[in-house]
Amino acid sequence: MTNLLRFRALDERDINKETFVEPWPEAGLTVADSPYDPQPSLRIVDGRVVELDGRLEADFDTLDTFIARHGIDLTVAPEAMALDSLQFAHMLADINIPRKTLLRLATGCTPAKLVDIMRHMNVLEMMNGLSKMRVRRVPANQAHVTNRRENPALLAADAAEAALRGFSEIETTVGVARAAPFNALAILVGAQTGRGGVMTQCAVEEALGLRLAMKGLTTYAETLSVYGTEQAFVDGDDSPWSKGFLASAYASRGVKVRFTSGTGSEALMGSAEQRSMLYLEARCLCVTRGAGSQGVQNGSISCIALPESLPGGVRAVLAENLMASMLGLEVASGNDALASHSAIRKSAKLMLQFIPGTDFIFSGYSAVPRRDNMFGGGNFDADDLDDYAVLQRDMQIDGGTRSISEAEAAEIRRAGAQAIQAVYAELGFPTISDAEVEAAVVAHSSENMPARDIVPDLAAADAFLAGDRSVMDVVAALARRGFVQTAENLLTMGRQRIAGDYLQPAAIFDRDFVVKSAINDPNDYNGPGTGYRVSGARWDEIANIRQAKSPRDFIADRLGLPIEGLDPYGPAKRGGHTEVVVAIGPAFGRIITQTIGGIPHEEVLKAVLTGIAEEGLIGRIVRIWHSSDCAEIGHVGAQLSGSGIAIGIQSRGTSIIHRVDLARLNNLELFSQSPSMTVETYRAMGRNAARYAAKKITTPVPVTVDNWARLRLIVKTALLHRKETEEIRQLPPEALRFDWEPEV
Amino acid sequence: MPTYPLYSDPHADLHAASGRALDEVTVAATVAGEVTLDDLQIDKAALQAQAEIARQAGYAQLAQNLARAAELTVVPRAEIIDMYQQLRPGRSSHAELIALATRLEDVYAAPICGAFVREAAQVYLERNMLRRPPAF
Repeated sequence: MTNLLRFRALDERDINKETFVEPWPEAGLTVADSPYDPQPSLRIVDGRVVELDGRLEADFDTLDTFIARHGIDLTVAPEAMALDSLQFAHMLADINIPRKTLLRLATGCTPAKLVDIMRHMNVLEMMNGLSKMRVRRVPANQAHVTNRRENPALLAADAAEAALRGFSEIETTVGVARAAPFNALAILVGAQTGRGGVMTQCAVEEALGLRLAMKGLTTYAETLSVYGTEQAFVDGDDSPWSKGFLASAYASRGVKVRFTSGTGSEALMGSAEQRSMLYLEARCLCVTRGAGSQGVQNGSISCIALPESLPGGVRAVLAENLMASMLGLEVASGNDALASHSAIRKSAKLMLQFIPGTDFIFSGYSAVPRRDNMFGGGNFDADDLDDYAVLQRDMQIDGGTRSISEAEAAEIRRAGAQAIQAVYAELGFPTISDAEVEAAVVAHSSENMPARDIVPDLAAADAFLAGDRSVMDVVAALARRGFVQTAENLLTMGRQRIAGDYLQPAAIFDRDFVVKSAINDPNDYNGPGTGYRVSGARWDEIANIRQAKSPRDFIADRLGLPIEGLDPYGPAKRGGHTEVVVAIGPAFGRIITQTIGGIPHEEVLKAVLTGIAEEGLIGRIVRIWHSSDCAEIGHVGAQLSGSGIAIGIQSRGTSIIHRVDLARLNNLELFSQSPSMTVETYRAMGRNAARYAAKKITTPVPVTVDNWARLRLIVKTALLHRKETEEIRQLPPEALRFDWEPEV
Repeated sequence: MPTYPLYSDPHADLHAASGRALDEVTVAATVAGEVTLDDLQIDKAALQAQAEIARQAGYAQLAQNLARAAELTVVPRAEIIDMYQQLRPGRSSHAELIALATRLEDVYAAPICGAFVREAAQVYLERNMLRRPPAF
């Protein structure tokens, strides 16, 4: 076979590190349309479901039974199931149909019906639907904070920074399960230092997670995993009833929960029962709602690479999110696991949740570097924080975070690390040294931290979990050590449990520590001019990323005093045939004194004149006053040139070699890449102009092409051109005397 | 009926299950050892109020969950974890699950939870999810 170099180059691309396979329904490897998926059906006899999606009651598995008993509103079901799926899809995409109408109808849908509706929608329509169906009016974001060494000072510092960056929730997990109480504690203390009201959780085994919440060490729980087949559910060590009971157990302590599901998990666990991933996810969502969870984390989550290996995988993941929001569930929409080697693909995938906005766009965003992420790496991580801020700024989209300054970050990281240091000292846990605190302030990753003996930490964590001490002891410890605000915030999170407000759908606490949920801040999007719009102070915050600067003094370093010895002496006239006219722009050498590349105009002139002299001709300098346009400067110069040849030079350095008989926008040579030009380029330009004047055979000056230059310098280019244009006068070309002779 | 959010409704008269008023739960009182973790325990009435709020907003299943939770507020922490463990697949016999349901109903006056566990017991029986002898 012929070896094409383009294909070898493509083979090397990041995208080709991924696996792409053809669908194989029998193995559960199909995203949305397995031939084994059932058709939607629902038969109700005397208020009892006797057939669900083609299966008779006698054949129901646990999920069918649970969905039949708890997951479908039987009063709405006849109407919802009779509604044509295509019409349903239309209503979802139609901004004029309010969210409430669809919420009511969706409560009467079976899993197969939900999938059938999705079948009619493309991603744009789904995104439209999602922006309308999202539970909370304002989107939010969740962070992941973990590190390989389970270092408490670093966990607290990273949590504090994540809180300051605007994340509404922070999730941690463990490398070693026994570290759970301490990791939960570190991010709790860090988060409440960064901003009061940020909710925190620790992803661990279910019963352990419940114990942590009961001790007040976490303020919500998310990883209550459900699966779309009975076998996978049991392998996950739960049933829909035990999960439902667990949800109630959390709520009985005033603690928020959301369930977790996602496409691909059943296939990965080897029990997909030949069904499509989306159908199984629809079953998960009906169980989740039936169990009374206020929300769900879905969007394939840690299995994302599996649907992505199949055609339509990313679309199906969006469909998951949309189905969940139709069911009135808060959606924390994935983007939490590495979705691609390719930066293009991972960003494109994100857009499906980022643009419509979900209750939590990431679940979560890795606020630590990839290698410290104990969830298996985030789709976006700490190294992408500035990229993410810019995406929000570009599209005027609230992605739930803000850009912070280095000084702000340092201050809050220190505060977080010192707070956990104080707690450890006060409660007799293994010492966190000052050196650890200082390292945590500046650290990017756990590699920047001094080694810490994990054995005594784990022993202390065991004792803490087993004993009677709780968040109340932490509050007291913080207060005694002077961390009054952190103590107050921690206790306020506790006090909120007494009210239970944050058990309602999609609840978060805003920056004023006020709960925002489906009850007091429901999504009211109904097209342009409605719903949440990014505006006012929040827009300013998104727009003012830390790198943004005033363009007003952007070109200050290119301005200066007029070149000494370059003086006008009257209107320019046509000269003799041994000359080349060097035509310069209105600001050249008097207002603007350096090219965009930083070459002093004086050096530019000397180089050009030297080059002309090298070929035995004379350069004559003329200032063009009436135009800042490079072609016009060169063109008019050529009209004045006795040889008919002129060099036109704009102040930013862009140059042209022109000839009297050429049309204005034509040229002999054009030097448009001014940032790449050197003194030698200008000298060669002079030589070539002189050779054209002498009618010698001439090879064009080689120029460096840097296609990034425009991208880097376009603002500067625009401002330099604006400055030159400001200097335009309605005056004829002016002859200039330059008090300098080339040495040739 | 108190208005949402209850936390900032002066008429909600919030207090923990221990009887401790919300505004008595302060950092100073915590440092003094006057308030404990039990004083953060949500009261049955508050959860019932949240259940009603959820129901009126159209979130019927969440409301039902909160109604179960309201019943569970009186169950001690350790026992609630045990109850959950018993409900996990393969942990209990049918009789044990029925006993759990009865305990919820009789000891903790939790009929909604009791019915929920009875329903599970029946499904576990039909779907072979009760405790079995160890496989090896």
